[in-house]
Order: sequence, then structure tokens, then C-alpha cells
Amino acid sequence: MRRGWRIALVALALAPGVVAQAATISISCSAVGRELEICREGAEAWAKETGHTVRLVSTPNSASERLALYQQLLAARAPDLDVLQIDIVWPGILAGHLVDLSANAAALRSAFFPELIRNDTVGGRLVALPWFVNVGLLYYRSDLLERHGRPIPRTWKELTDTATRIQRAERAAGTTRLWGFVWQGRAYEGLTCDALEWLASHGGGTIVGADGHISVDNPRAAAAISLAASWVRRISPEGVLNYAEEESRGVFQSGLAVFMRNWPYAWSLLQSPGSPVRGKVGIAMLPAAADGRPAATLGGAQLAVSRYSRNREAAASLVLYLVSRAEQKRRALVGGYHPTIPALYDDPELLRTSPLFGTLRDALDGAVARPSSAVGADYNRVSYAFANAVHTVLAGQSDAESSLRALERRLRRLKRRGNWPAVHAAGASR
Amino acid sequence: MTPMVVALAVAAGWPLARTVWLSFTDATLAGPADVAWIGFANYLEHDAGEWYGVLADPQWWHAVRNTLVFAVVSVGLETMLGLAIALALNTPFRGRGLVRAAVLVPWAIPTVVSAKLWAWMLNDEFGILNHVLLGLGVISAPIAWVANPDLALGAVIAVDVWKTTPFMVLLILAGLQMLPQDCYEAARVDGVSPVKVFLRVTLPLLWPALAVAVAFRALDALRIFDLVYVLTANSTSTMSISVYARQQLIDFQDIGYGSAASTLVFLTIGLAAIAYLRLVRLRPGETA
Repeated sequence: MRRGWRIALVALALAPGVVAQAATISISCSAVGRELEICREGAEAWAKETGHTVRLVSTPNSASERLALYQQLLAARAPDLDVLQIDIVWPGILAGHLVDLSANAAALRSAFFPELIRNDTVGGRLVALPWFVNVGLLYYRSDLLERHGRPIPRTWKELTDTATRIQRAERAAGTTRLWGFVWQGRAYEGLTCDALEWLASHGGGTIVGADGHISVDNPRAAAAISLAASWVRRISPEGVLNYAEEESRGVFQSGLAVFMRNWPYAWSLLQSPGSPVRGKVGIAMLPAAADGRPAATLGGAQLAVSRYSRNREAAASLVLYLVSRAEQKRRALVGGYHPTIPALYDDPELLRTSPLFGTLRDALDGAVARPSSAVGADYNRVSYAFANAVHTVLAGQSDAESSLRALERRLRRLKRRGNWPAVHAAGASR
Repeated sequence: MTPMVVALAVAAGWPLARTVWLSFTDATLAGPADVAWIGFANYLEHDAGEWYGVLADPQWWHAVRNTLVFAVVSVGLETMLGLAIALALNTPFRGRGLVRAAVLVPWAIPTVVSAKLWAWMLNDEFGILNHVLLGLGVISAPIAWVANPDLALGAVIAVDVWKTTPFMVLLILAGLQMLPQDCYEAARVDGVSPVKVFLRVTLPLLWPALAVAVAFRALDALRIFDLVYVLTANSTSTMSISVYARQQLIDFQDIGYGSAASTLVFLTIGLAAIAYLRLVRLRPGETA
């Protein structure tokens, strides 16, 4: 009997070694648009090369729900997920659950945009590797602009005027359900991104500065939000107050909007066969205030390895494969994903196939980061408070000045409790 | 008796006690290991001249208001509709069995599925509801049912009424079929009007079944989460107290504060249940 136990123990001790030779690695990819399919192709190419197998776990479309799912799995130390696709604002929140990839990525590290590596380094540990970048872009209907002889808007005022004019003319001509401008107005992370662009392009700051200084209650920020509130029911449908990315793409792709603010992923979907607006769409940098500079919120995904993975080495190898130059180029070609490796932006093949690359390069220059590193673990609270403060103004329940004043008070309290910006390092040491 | 007490303690007592305990700490989802006792600070705290904590959060009180409005209006409508449909289904007619089964369909669909279904039907640009109303000329422009803060709670209530009325029908129908037939015979012999029969015979006899059905629904409605969350996510205009607690616990990783909110959810529902039970226990005594 005792001997039987001993054999069982030995077998158990050996089991991970056996598994490591041909492991099954679970990877979570988001499934917005064609993301899951493209992720599968990449992961399966790696599996073929290494002899491991991969299992794709699709996660909720909404980023905040995905984070909630991760946190529940990670807090329970569940080994169900080996590789996690995480958002650009999450490294600070999840760092304690993630493996340090510095050793694995030593050779590759310097190839990435330095801002992204800085973003993914928490308390000296490289907890994730940048997979693709996103920036907010302006999509426009080139056919409609041409028909009405309007240029691509460079200021928010031009956008408002052009949208109003085209909407009126087209409605009179029979397209009664056409709207001027669709964007993300639901009170969630997407609105934080959109509203941050309005603020920054008006010179209204970025909610909280890098030093932890709360700057949101200022007249320029109020002007920016008031302008956006004036769009609702005039050039944007009231439903925009509950729109996330896919809802706005739905309206734009059905040919029912002149302009759309969205991330780069929408491009290849708008141009896919069967799309009603195929060939009639252009992209540009988002407009700015007359005396401001265009600003695009920096987004994107990182890949990380869970500390509770039973196959960390194989998982890290999958991450390295997926962020490699060759795979990023493939993803850029088939899915329009934007590489995290600057050298790829000079790749002639990529420049030829996608008109986005030139625009994106410019947009990346004016990219604004959300204040996630300044406020660390409090980021979601700050973002939610901001999104809600903006949402009440958009919905006409409050004016911008008083809403921002109340927001500033709320943030000051969070700051006192969280000791920004020091909390970032404290969170990492946990 | 003992196994039941043990089962209750394990299944309900322990999680509840742990939630109450956590509500007095500063636990977070990131590091549940190092937890400090902070007393009532999650509930109410005076700091630098201002009050903080769940009880000082206007959003919490807004959620309480939403939850109460939702519970009272939805349960009220469901009870009235349920009673009407149950009375109709209680009279014999051809195909009654089929109709009875059909009535149950909304109840049989999982809430998340029916909520998604309605989210599409209520969609402002593509929704069938706006399409029909526009076609009929009732409205001139599409209405954003779930995006407009003034309409969103109404939309949530309407979907809940659609979904849960069958449950009320079922419970009330069961009550109706238990009623003794001799009272009705006597009333018919005496030539009492149908309205009077309903008010003087059916309603008093049905009262106990109705009270239980309303209690079930009310407790369910007070902890509403899934429908609200799927239709409008964390939007403040429809946020219920359960959605509020979940947001603190999961989105903000604040287990301490979220547990305080959860404890208050528990207390709110508990108090509502006690108040309701006292209320309905008095009534039958008075009428009898």
C-alpha cells in the first residue's frame, strides 16, 4: 500500500515534465471583429512549429468585463489561462499575477517602441510584451465629402459644420436616417478614450498628470465636453450615449454616418467584400480645437504569461512568437493590426497595402496615454468617474463646469486614499 | 434537523459572515493576503471635512432609488397582468392547454438571452420596435430606448414585465385552481354580479397565494442584476444596488468597500422582506 502511494507521488512529480514536452497552452484573445480568427492562425502556426497544442479561449468583447474575468481567475490562482491578452492600461493592475518576461525577451526588447516597454514594466519587471498598438482615428465617407465639396475636417468646428451640412442635404435627398458623426458614448472605458481626445486636443490636459496632479477642472476641458454634448441629437443619434465600438461601426458600416471615431481595427472590416461602404471610406487624424493639436488616445494589447500557468516556458515561447516581427507583419497584412515594432512602419510591403500606416505614424506622434501609470491600481475608479462625469453632460443632465468640479472633488479623495503616484510601485511589490 | 442546520451554515452562513467581516477591512482583489481592519470606514467616514463611504455616496442612494422603483413598478404590473391572464386561463376554452404552455415561453428563456434579444429589438437604429413605431407613424424619429436616461429604467422594467409575468400567472393560476367551487355555486344561485364575485369571493380566497407570489417576485426584483447589466451595463440611470456592489467588487477591485455594499444589499432586502411579511400577515386577519 505504502509503495503504491510512493509510485503515485513519483508519477505526480514527473507529470509536469511529461506535459512540458507537448503542452497545451491556453490563450485568451479578444473576439471583436476578426480578432479571434487571426489570433488562432498565429497561435496554430506556433503550435505546428513547436509540437505543442493551443486552446483558444474567447473572452467578452467589453474590456471591463474581460478584466473582471481575468481578476476572478487570477485571484483564484486558476491555471486555466496560460497566455493573456491584456489591455494597455492593465499592467499596473495585474502585475502581481504576471511572470517577469525580461529574460525571455532580452534579445527582442529593444525592437519595440520604448513607450510601450515602459508601460509594460512595473516595479522593474517586464510583465507583458506589446502586441499591437491602437490609436483613435477619424473615419470619413470620402464619397459624401466629395459630393458636397467638403475637405477632411482639421478642427472640431469644421467637423461639426461639415457633418451638419451633409446630414441636412442627404436627408433632404432621401437618406433620412443619415447621421453626421458616431462615436463611443456609453459610460465605460471607450468614452474615457474618446473624451480624453477631446480634452487633449483642446489643450485641456489628460485628467491626471504624470506626476499625479489632478487637472481636469479647467475651462478648456469644459469647452471640449460642452462641444461634444452639442453633437448629441444634432449630428449624433441619441443612441450614441449607449454605443461602444461595435455599435458605432454598425451604423457607419451600414452607410448611415458621415464620420466615425474608432480604432484601426474597423478599417479592414469596412473594406471587406460585402461591406456597403467598401471603397467609400477614408481615414485621417482626429481634429483638434482651432488653437490645439490633434490628439489620439493610445490603446492596444499586450501579451502576458500568468504566474499560475503550469507551462510557463511554453507559454512564454508562444508570446515571443506572437510578438515577433514576422507574425506582427502577417497580422498587419491580414488584419490591419499596427505593429509595436517601429521598424515595420518602414516596410514597403506594408506601406503599399494599407493607407493607414502613414496616417497612423502621424497619429502615434500625437498619441496621449491614459493616466494609468500615474494612478496605478485606482485607474478603473478614475476612468469610471471621468466617463460618468462626461456622460451626465452628454445626456444633458448637468453642465460641463459643475460636472467637472464634482469630478475633481471625487478624484482628490481617491488621490488621498491611494497616495498617487506612489501607489504604482506599492502595487507592484505585492 | 442537524444536517439542515449544517447545510445552511455552510451554504449561506459562512459566505455571509465572511462578506460582513470583509466589509470592515480594506481588502482588494489584487492582494487579498494583507488585509487591515478599518472599522466602519467603508460604510461611513468623515475625512477632511467631507463624508465618505457607501452611505455617503450619492450613487449608492441613486441605486437604492432605482432598485425600489424597479421593484415596486415591475412587481405591481406583473401582479396585475398575472392576475388578469390567470383569470382568463382559468375559464375553460378550446386550446387552453396550448395557450397555457405558450404563456410560459418568456419565462423559459434564460434572462441573459432574453435581455440580449430585447437589446437588439430596442436598438435605436436597427431595432424592430422603432421600425414598427416609425412605420405606424407613432413616432417621427427613432427613440434611443436604453440610451436615454429618462427612458432606460422604463425599458428595463418593461422587459422584466414581459419576462416575469408568466411566473406570476403560473403561481396565481395554481392558487385559483385550489379555490373551493361551492362558494361560486352559492354566488351564482344568489345571482351576484361577476365583479362582486371577484372582489368578495375570489380575491379574499386567493389572497394567501397572491401574497406568496408577490413576496417571491419582490425579493427577486430587489436583487435584480442580470437584466440591468446586459441591457445598460454600469450606466448610473439604471444601476441597481446589486450592480453597484458588483462594480465596486470587480471593476474597482475593492473587496472591502464592495462587501460593505453587498452587506447593505442584504440588509435592505432583509428589511424589505420583514416589512412585507408583517404587512401581509395583518391583512387576512382584518378581513376574516
